[in-house]
Amino acid sequence: MLAVSGLRKSFATPEGERVAIVDVAGFSLASGEEMALRGESGSGKTTFLNLVAGILRADEGTVEVGGTDLSGLPEARRDRLRAERMGYIFQTFNLLQGHTALENVELGMAFGRGVDRARAAQLLERVGLGHRLGHFPRQLSTGQQQRVAVARALANRPGLVLADEPTGNLDRRNARESLQLIREVCRENGAALLLVSHDEDTLAQFGSVRDFASINRAARK
Amino acid sequence: MALPRIVYRSLRQHALSTLITAGSIALASGLLMSVWMVEAQSRQAFLATSTGFDAVLGARGSKLQLVLNAIFDLEASPGNLSWADYQYVKHIPVVRTAIPIAVGDNLRGYRIVGTLPEMFTGVQIAPGRKFALEAGGRLFRPDEKEAVVGNFAARKLGLKVGDTFHPFHGLAYSASGGNDEHKDLFTVTGILEPTNSPADRVVWIPLHALQTMSGHDPKYATDVSAVLLQFSSPLAGFRLDSMYNKQGDRLTLAYPVQAIIADLFSRISWFDRVLALIAYLVALVAAGSVLASIYNSMSARQRDLAILRALGARRRTVFGAVVAEAAAIGALGAAAGFAFYFALLAVVAGIVREQTGVVIDVLAWQPILWIWPLAMVALCALGGIVPALKAYRTPVAETLAPVS
Repeated sequence: MLAVSGLRKSFATPEGERVAIVDVAGFSLASGEEMALRGESGSGKTTFLNLVAGILRADEGTVEVGGTDLSGLPEARRDRLRAERMGYIFQTFNLLQGHTALENVELGMAFGRGVDRARAAQLLERVGLGHRLGHFPRQLSTGQQQRVAVARALANRPGLVLADEPTGNLDRRNARESLQLIREVCRENGAALLLVSHDEDTLAQFGSVRDFASINRAARK
Repeated sequence: MALPRIVYRSLRQHALSTLITAGSIALASGLLMSVWMVEAQSRQAFLATSTGFDAVLGARGSKLQLVLNAIFDLEASPGNLSWADYQYVKHIPVVRTAIPIAVGDNLRGYRIVGTLPEMFTGVQIAPGRKFALEAGGRLFRPDEKEAVVGNFAARKLGLKVGDTFHPFHGLAYSASGGNDEHKDLFTVTGILEPTNSPADRVVWIPLHALQTMSGHDPKYATDVSAVLLQFSSPLAGFRLDSMYNKQGDRLTLAYPVQAIIADLFSRISWFDRVLALIAYLVALVAAGSVLASIYNSMSARQRDLAILRALGARRRTVFGAVVAEAAAIGALGAAAGFAFYFALLAVVAGIVREQTGVVIDVLAWQPILWIWPLAMVALCALGGIVPALKAYRTPVAETLAPVS
């Protein structure tokens, strides 16, 4: 589902010097497979996920999602690919405050193959929010907001789910439940899961965890 | 499908600023359409009203005053002319019709006009249209104290066939009293069907009855206020114009009536222009406020836009969403502007009808009624382009990074 090769991204400092943030030699992830990456804050893991998602364009290297190389695509095609094949769970959930829970989940499909309201409602049922469809994010607890974000990430039936510190804003109990939910729903949908976190409790739930620094040469310098 | 949903939800989210901005657009839109329609319809109505007559002959004075007094039943008469003057003009071969009128009395504020029965039988009030009486009525007899009442006046005065009344002296009537009532008792013999012209506000009586009414100076018992004329050819008008206005110095011939009315409108057109200018300025301010209201909220919206982009929305989608939102505010305002327009026009039409008898059709259609709302939507969409460009340039990773 995901194959990364020779991926490099650098940014210019205010002094004009270019600093490499991401330098990943390569790895791959099959459909239904999980990968948990351990990374400290500022290690470049969010930039790495943005490169994988096609939000940022790499300086070098390739990112293949479902056999399509993002690096060669123009921005609009990358947007389309992300809308159709990827789900993204953010640390701060990034729900739209003016949209209800149901509408937020619908946004997960709005830019891809189209909105399926019944599926959106079904997903919210699945994450235990069937009774909160019309609630706005401010009317939901932090744990409930996280579950809406999970439902939204899975709304477009993605082949690849990216999770950036998905439990960073939750207490321990909610974090455990939430992570369990993400993994279950990904398994049910056959989606590959690429998760990055610095939280040991979160990472402890995965059988195998890799250090982001071990695959990102830029983080070792 | 994504775009309308995003626009609708954004409007809902910013409901207060949406309503305030749309409200100001509604005011601008309604005001401009009202000004335009009142001007267009008044001009049309005044010009159409005068089509029955080519000219008015009266005492020496202002042509405009003569026309307003004799045809539109407004203003005071500039003076009288003698019966001999009427007889003279009536017998000029190029004069097809000459109908004398006399004014000077009222019935509770509605003007009483003395005239001949020919006014109702021989004159077209509009092309192909003559005065007609409602069922059960008949014309007054020239030598009796009888009256035919205009439709609007009859309704306002509560008069019906068989009712009687005493006229009041003068053209003005004071509701608080002190009016000088004539002893003569008139009987209503007919109610005119609506003509949508100033004639609807007039109480018509025989010329002789007005001239000889008790309390009027017998010295002027044969004078008339004006003579309404129809000519057999336009050339006749120019001939008489030269005869009365250039060679004579006692009488005035107001000819051609339509040109005099057109001149009146051109003289007061500055007022329309000022109102239209105000409306244009309000419209510009409204479009500016659309720009400012969306632009000012862009900092708050930028995160939302970045989230949409992260979910797969293209740059042109978020650009389109912001422009569409601005256009939607314009459309809401333009739609609400129609409500304001109808309310304002209904009030203005009532006042114009009460004061002049001219009917303004509130439901009449003019191209301005679709051109202006569309222009408002386009103007607002244009105002949305600046914030839309900001939305277009939203850096997704940077905008989401500080918190994520």
